[in-house]
Amino acid sequence: MAELTYREAVSRAIAQEMEHDPTVYFIGEDVAAAGGVFKTTEGLMERFGPARVRDTPISEQAIIGAVMGAAMNGLRPIAELMFSDFFAVCWDLIANQIAKTRYMTHGQVALPLVIRTANGGGVRFGAQHSQSVEGWAMAIPGLKVVVPSTPSDMIGLFAAAVRDPDPVIVVEPKVLYATKGEVADGEIVDTLGSAKVLREGSDVTIAALGAMVPRALEAAETLSGDGVDADVVDVRSLVPLDVTTIAGSVAKTGRLVTVEESPRLCGWGAEVASIVAEESFFDLDGPIVRITTPHIPLPAADALEDLAIPSAAAVAERVRATMG
Amino acid sequence: MAKTSPAIADQTVRLQMYRMMQEARLFEKRAQDLFLEGLIKGTSHLALGQEAVAAGFAASLRDDDLVYCTYRGHVHTLLRGAPMGALMAELMGRSNGICGGKGGSMHLTDVSHGAMGSYAIVGAHMPIAAGAAWAAQERGTGQVVVCFFGDGTTNIGAFHEALNLAVVWNLPVVYVCENNLYMEYTPIGQVTAVGNPAADRASAYGLEPIVVDGNDVDEVHETAVRQVGRAREGGGPSLVEAKTYRHGGHSRADPAKYRPEDEVKEWLARDPIPAYRERLLASGVEAEAVDRIEREALVAVERATEEAKAGPVPDPGDLETELWADGGSAWRN
Repeated sequence: MAELTYREAVSRAIAQEMEHDPTVYFIGEDVAAAGGVFKTTEGLMERFGPARVRDTPISEQAIIGAVMGAAMNGLRPIAELMFSDFFAVCWDLIANQIAKTRYMTHGQVALPLVIRTANGGGVRFGAQHSQSVEGWAMAIPGLKVVVPSTPSDMIGLFAAAVRDPDPVIVVEPKVLYATKGEVADGEIVDTLGSAKVLREGSDVTIAALGAMVPRALEAAETLSGDGVDADVVDVRSLVPLDVTTIAGSVAKTGRLVTVEESPRLCGWGAEVASIVAEESFFDLDGPIVRITTPHIPLPAADALEDLAIPSAAAVAERVRATMG
Repeated sequence: MAKTSPAIADQTVRLQMYRMMQEARLFEKRAQDLFLEGLIKGTSHLALGQEAVAAGFAASLRDDDLVYCTYRGHVHTLLRGAPMGALMAELMGRSNGICGGKGGSMHLTDVSHGAMGSYAIVGAHMPIAAGAAWAAQERGTGQVVVCFFGDGTTNIGAFHEALNLAVVWNLPVVYVCENNLYMEYTPIGQVTAVGNPAADRASAYGLEPIVVDGNDVDEVHETAVRQVGRAREGGGPSLVEAKTYRHGGHSRADPAKYRPEDEVKEWLARDPIPAYRERLLASGVEAEAVDRIEREALVAVERATEEAKAGPVPDPGDLETELWADGGSAWRN
């Protein structure tokens, strides 16, 4: 057992998979010699050589196209998309090509590839480097999407993504890179499509994702002081979605609150709310509540950004009101 | 599996290319007829008149080489060796289609023959082809990737991103621009900063500008052998611009009224297939050998049409299959 930062966990995760499988290659902008703009890939080029850990030009279409083509011809490539906002400049490759090719070819083409990307706000980068775009990926049939919230999950879910035979988007909340967590020794391989109950409680289910998970946990602690006992579910995987775990928690608590960093419309919580309303309606003791960022681009100023993204205090307050 | 490319076109290769062009021409003419009969739906983008580019390259490749092409890709897929009946069935939306009916005219793929897909978003396949070439390079397979694209592609970002990466990484890929002079309905010259939309951009990537007569299959083949061989030996990527002409419109919906009559007449007179027949005969090939190829091509198309028509429509149970590698499409538990 060791304590690692999330950013150290990223590089350990990549190293683990490159050790495990010689066909795993890793490319991206500034990922090799420079060790990544978030210092998440330091030491990988030195360890695995400049062929397997390779710098690219600022050419997101070329990067994503390259991993798709390489996956079609025998590699298991990983691409880093520096900021998830850059999905917008290579979305054709992701949404039209990677996501659809297996289906369109009736299973002839396998695309065992991973795109990992820094997502979300909290670091004062402004509207074009702070978006939570996991919902974009979730909306396209043919993409699997995971969002690890701890260093240990980063390694385990990433390994599961690399070993999966389908394309997986690994969304890393960049505000968590500096956070620390306990990580077991040895190889860690988790399972895609599995949510985790991080805190047991009987009064309300708080389902959170990514950077909202530690805030939900903090809110739960605050609430316990008020006599509200919250069950906190880390959703972890948007596609596949672990409905069983979420619905199981709701069956126990009778209430559901989702905490999403993404803007309001069409966030993952809307899908979860719709499923729970449809399938677990008679378990509910009150309306489902979604806590999200307002439907706005994120502002850069710290005072405004902090106001926009759900905080632990805001979550606690809203849950308390819900219990009313 | 052939391990070497033919160095120069001997008569066997030339007859093979003639057969390829005949089959391609008759296949697409039949597809056009089946559209008119309502047996093929949706859209289609025919390469009638452009067959020499496909044939010249197809005859230069190894079995394990990989080809990427565009939505105007019936011919490339066929000439890579995909079974004609299954291609026709795919156009007709039948379950015996090459993609089980899920792909259609714009998405023909036959991985078992190295036909790695027809890509319907302009330019997307150029970086994908680079990626396949990167894997070939890293795995040391000796494969070469050939990526066909239209003149309109030269103005989209992916073209430039892919060429730059291919050069920087010295990838074994040959990019082939099929310049049929029109970007959909608009003359390419009217919307492009340079006269040769691909070749005049080559120097920006340190590549040799190569322009060939895309209606002369011998010239295309000679260039293909040279550039594919160069890529295989580690010489890196190249960019070839083949000048050619579509006999019809951009797609099924386009009668191509925007083209000057004289221009159409001039290019029809340069139809690559009758010209090649004359050249073969002049080089001493027996008329009977050429006639036989034409007869056999027609028989192949007849047979493919019957096979396609006999195929069942896809089973409703296929609708939600093959999204994931487990064969299904589940997104939740």
